[in-house]
Amino acid sequence: MNSVLSRYKRLASIGAIAVAGTILLSSCAANEAGTTDPSAAASDLAGTIDGSGASSQGSAQEAWVAAFQTENPDVTINYDPSGSGAGREAFISGGVSFAGTDSALKQDEIDGGFAACVPDTGYIQVPAYISPIAVIFNVEGVDALNLDAPTIAGIFKGTITTWNDPAIAALNADATLPSAPITAVHRSDDSGTTKNFTDYLNKVAPEIWDAPAADPFPYQVGEAAQGTSGVVDAVTNGTNTIGYADASKAGDLGVAAIKVGDEFVDYSPEAAAAVVAGSPAGDTASDTDLVISLDRKTTDPTHYPLVLVSYIITCTEFVDAEVAPVVKAYVQYITSDAGQSEAASSAGAAPLSTDLSAKVATALESIK
Amino acid sequence: MTTTSTRKPRSTLRPADRIFAGSTVIAGSLILAALAAVAVFLIAESIPALIVDPAELKGAPSSFWAYVGPLAFGTVWAAFLALVMALPISIGIALFISHFAPRRIAQGLGYIIDLLAAVPSVVFGLWGIKVLAPAVTPLYGWLVQNLGFLPFFAGGVSGTGRTILTVAIVLAVMIIPIITAVTREVFLQTPRLHEEAALALGATRWEMIQMAVIPFGRPGMISAAMLGLGRALGETMVVAMVLSPALVINFVLTGSQNPSTIAGNIALNFPEANGVDVNALIATGMILFVITLVINSIARIVINRRKAFSGAN
Amino acid sequence: MTAAAQSTGIVNSLTTGRLPRWATWVILLGSWAIMGVIFALIAAGSGTEFNISAALLLGLFLFIVLIFVFAYLVEGLRQAKDRLVTALVVSAFLIALIPLISLLFTVVSNGLPRFDPGFFGQSMRNVVGEGGGALHAITGTLLITGMATLISVPVGLLTAIYLVEYGRGALARAITFFVDVMTGIPSIVAGLFAFAFFALILDDPGIRFGFGGSIALSLLMIPVVVRSSEEMLKLVPNELREAAYALGVPKWLTILKIVIPTSIAGITTGVTLAIARVIGETAPLLIISGFTASMNYDLLSDRMMSLPVFVYTQYQNPGSEVQPYLDRAWAGALTLILIVMLLNLIARLIARIFSPKLGR
Repeated sequence: MNSVLSRYKRLASIGAIAVAGTILLSSCAANEAGTTDPSAAASDLAGTIDGSGASSQGSAQEAWVAAFQTENPDVTINYDPSGSGAGREAFISGGVSFAGTDSALKQDEIDGGFAACVPDTGYIQVPAYISPIAVIFNVEGVDALNLDAPTIAGIFKGTITTWNDPAIAALNADATLPSAPITAVHRSDDSGTTKNFTDYLNKVAPEIWDAPAADPFPYQVGEAAQGTSGVVDAVTNGTNTIGYADASKAGDLGVAAIKVGDEFVDYSPEAAAAVVAGSPAGDTASDTDLVISLDRKTTDPTHYPLVLVSYIITCTEFVDAEVAPVVKAYVQYITSDAGQSEAASSAGAAPLSTDLSAKVATALESIK
Repeated sequence: MTTTSTRKPRSTLRPADRIFAGSTVIAGSLILAALAAVAVFLIAESIPALIVDPAELKGAPSSFWAYVGPLAFGTVWAAFLALVMALPISIGIALFISHFAPRRIAQGLGYIIDLLAAVPSVVFGLWGIKVLAPAVTPLYGWLVQNLGFLPFFAGGVSGTGRTILTVAIVLAVMIIPIITAVTREVFLQTPRLHEEAALALGATRWEMIQMAVIPFGRPGMISAAMLGLGRALGETMVVAMVLSPALVINFVLTGSQNPSTIAGNIALNFPEANGVDVNALIATGMILFVITLVINSIARIVINRRKAFSGAN
Repeated sequence: MTAAAQSTGIVNSLTTGRLPRWATWVILLGSWAIMGVIFALIAAGSGTEFNISAALLLGLFLFIVLIFVFAYLVEGLRQAKDRLVTALVVSAFLIALIPLISLLFTVVSNGLPRFDPGFFGQSMRNVVGEGGGALHAITGTLLITGMATLISVPVGLLTAIYLVEYGRGALARAITFFVDVMTGIPSIVAGLFAFAFFALILDDPGIRFGFGGSIALSLLMIPVVVRSSEEMLKLVPNELREAAYALGVPKWLTILKIVIPTSIAGITTGVTLAIARVIGETAPLLIISGFTASMNYDLLSDRMMSLPVFVYTQYQNPGSEVQPYLDRAWAGALTLILIVMLLNLIARLIARIFSPKLGR
């Protein structure tokens, strides 16, 4: 009898812990206590919209979503940084209201139509996030490095294998280069960063980099690591390493200046924005499709041609009319000056040029 | 219908008995149904990748099998390495806790090892990248310098330590608690009388374990090893985060070019895949399924041949 | 001199031919000292750093060899083998502790900076850079995993009971075989399957919700529960069952009152292992439960965050100021480990309350 009683006491105490835990956790998050600022209630936008796509946009989207939700407290926006391919697929099948992608829509994807949009009403594809790609390195005793496209191509293709190779030494007369082998780190996952990096090498140094631009890294040489964070970690923790990553994530690592025309150019948001502004429109371009064909071969030393442009894809006319105003306001915010400077400060992005920004605004007007 | 003449000496089935027995059958069938659904899904999604012209697949391999071959090899190789490292250590720990450690602290020690099971794979991934890989890089350098004549350490050494051996170490650490927990429980169930009989005949502790504990626990040990192997074969995040993969088949443990695993490859490539590449990835998932099936079947056969010690034979 | 000679003159027939008790420790410390000196000389000779881990490891190896040799010389082969195995078994345990300590140290030292009330009181909604918390992810993980456990444990345990107590013939063989097959479902495939399944039956191509995650996790959890419970149920001696039948206890009551309580410790260990196995799953949840920065208590609608996804995304997609994101990732990892530890404790408590008191 006694033991039965104590057994139930024990059970009761377990129960009490469980209940207490539940109560503790079911309390609301402190930062979600509803609208505290009465002036913020001026917005009449409401609802939840979902987007997914490029992880390169992830941190910028986070900043945009935070700012937009603060302005419009009744709106919830979810952005899955699940990858460009997954994002485009989800948008095509109607799973999300907008997608972020590092690679523009292909013609057959456009021809296939989009389930979330009213049939035969077209789509919107606008540049939203421009980020320079940095060539990062971690070499003992080397703080600054100058590289040109053929040398970068040689390093990543495995034809240049030591740091004191004549090709590198010729570009860096002042540096003391070690005789150590080069560990070149590329992305192990398919990514838009790799596609833009290989596109640059293929356009500027085609005699060495003979593989066309693609999401996977084309050659079976060097080390591989997952994601931008993985490459940055591998370069940081390894020895005599070199890699490529979104410039905003380079941190304290050394970043190589690349040769444009006759000068060596350090990456900067301005130089990245300049090359986008100076590039012609892409194949599928129209009034609502502002795809850009980047001018990698530019010789203008104010340009930094190793840059990634990420797009937002959405509908002009939604099947679900309720999401249209929210999506429209959100994408307008992203591409506005305020949105672009938010991305610049929190994600290190380069802003859209005034000219491009105006074209984007016109394109977005057609959303209904 | 005469009721009395057909009466046999069997217990009456009460309604509660029927309900209970019925619910166990339903539970078992539910598993079959779920698995059938997964199989249908896998096969249906795999077919497009199998019939498409291989040139349309990513990297344009000569055939789908040329694409999946290195991955299947890497999967088995990494899991095998992990099991080779984990199994002796796990059995050692299980024996230590069940038969060597002082009784008072044995429970606590078991709990410490269970802690390892509490670590989620994404944390193992972070640890592998940030701690283990940099720590083993000098060791790999030494191995390649001094044992480079062995095929396992041939070629150049990785500059970041993200090799298949590092992955296998992380996988081994991950499966140790699983194997340990099951073998420990099995060892503890060894009939007390067997153990005491052996000791009473003058056996040393090791001889007692050899004669009483190991034979009794063998099916459980194999079962535990298979549970661990299953986890190592299917582990996704650790491989994706830690390994420096390439589409190659080799036995080098310390190089930059490591065969990737199927699960890791899916995790790496799924986000950017579209069209038939998605089907190709799911088809590789089906291959992993088949690999596990074959390995498990072999284990089943081994266990079934040594059924004699099961209490519920 | 004479005193020493005298004391060795006395012969205790029970302890002759045995190594004295202190021998083990002296040999161990001696081997470490030898290796320490060797490595110190190497370090001094080549000008490199003193490699303490290598010295300890090789010292342990030397100890294993020495104890075998000494025991063989003094005690004979059988005792030497026994000592060898004892040394090996203890070193196995110590070796397993190395990664554990390293891992716990890394997680705790990196996780503590953000292991504050704010972390447990806030979500990531409208948070950029510093601040924010993981309340949404913790809630999501508990709900999703809890639901998965609620599905898997009854199904898994009943199946194990079927296999051990009832199962005969083709169905039992099929289930045994296919449970094995099920352990081979890669986690990401489980996620893909759950996504395809719910997208089809609910006709929503972009479906993301917590319950789908629970289903995906159940697919991974059930085989582990079945496998471990089956193993434990099999170990219940048949004598116990037969004794119960002989007393006229119906089969279902025998199972519930005799078989399960006898094996409850093993079963709960198995279930906690299964939970630990799935609670850290990232890939399937990323696909079917999605990513959100806001709270969501409803398993059946809208995206739901979970801790592993939180840790993963914080690591993979940091903003330009990386440190706060890394801090949150490690704090999330620490929380995840603590949750599983707590579950482990509860399971042990349950096992202790319900299991019959045995001789050990």
